[in-house]
Amino acid sequence: MELGLSLSVVLFVLGLVGVLVRRNLIMMLMSLEVMLNATGLAFIVAGSRWGQADGQIMFLLILTLAAAEVGVGLGLALQIFHRFHTLDADSMNEMKG
Amino acid sequence: MALILFYITSAVAIFATVMMITRLNAVHGLLYLILSLLSVGVLFFLLGAYFAAVLEVIIYAGAIMVLFVFVIMMLNQGKKTIDQERMWLQSGIWIGPSLLALILFVEMLVVIAFGGNAKTGHVVTAKQVGIALYGPYLLAVELASMLLLAGLVGAYHLGKPMLSTSKNGRKS
Repeated sequence: MELGLSLSVVLFVLGLVGVLVRRNLIMMLMSLEVMLNATGLAFIVAGSRWGQADGQIMFLLILTLAAAEVGVGLGLALQIFHRFHTLDADSMNEMKG
Repeated sequence: MALILFYITSAVAIFATVMMITRLNAVHGLLYLILSLLSVGVLFFLLGAYFAAVLEVIIYAGAIMVLFVFVIMMLNQGKKTIDQERMWLQSGIWIGPSLLALILFVEMLVVIAFGGNAKTGHVVTAKQVGIALYGPYLLAVELASMLLLAGLVGAYHLGKPMLSTSKNGRKS
């Protein structure tokens, strides 16, 4: 069980590194998917350890969250590409509130 | 035996994720991301969460990845894409993900051949999940449906002005 939890920590950190290091919006969204997936893995490992269904239910909720997040995030990426003609996340530093 | 499979799958997941982060081209990264999600699905199966494993493959590696592929294909149109497609069909690019997928496939065959689940955890069946989901967690299901509706409306709102401008651009 410790192995599963440590694997989820490693995957989460890898996703976090991906979000921080990559500047391509699509790659950042993909790294976010890895992070959400790692949290889901942690829930499944805990649910499997205790033999309870709650872990899988939390995974289902994370799954719906990921689906909604990907839809909105990719819509935003399309908008940004059509306005700035690039997917570079640093190109949006000209926003004025 | 099961522990060895668990180790191999974990190694595949970490390797695929590292490769995904370090790819320069988004499509190459997407191939490795699919492998990472599939290997996590195999881990769910080994942990005895069959329902979650099925959902991982269908929704994550199926539906969400198709969304990514659509957007990547929408964002690079034109003549360039034909050359890119030709370049992507070279063996150096898809051989790595294919080998990782082959490892996962062999693992699945081993699990099927030697019977049942790997005994690394308690088995939680889909029946238990369903009973809990529509019992104490009914409010959470409703909230998830509201979240999906909000995501749908948000994605439509974000994509709509772009669709109308591209249509006008084609006419003029």
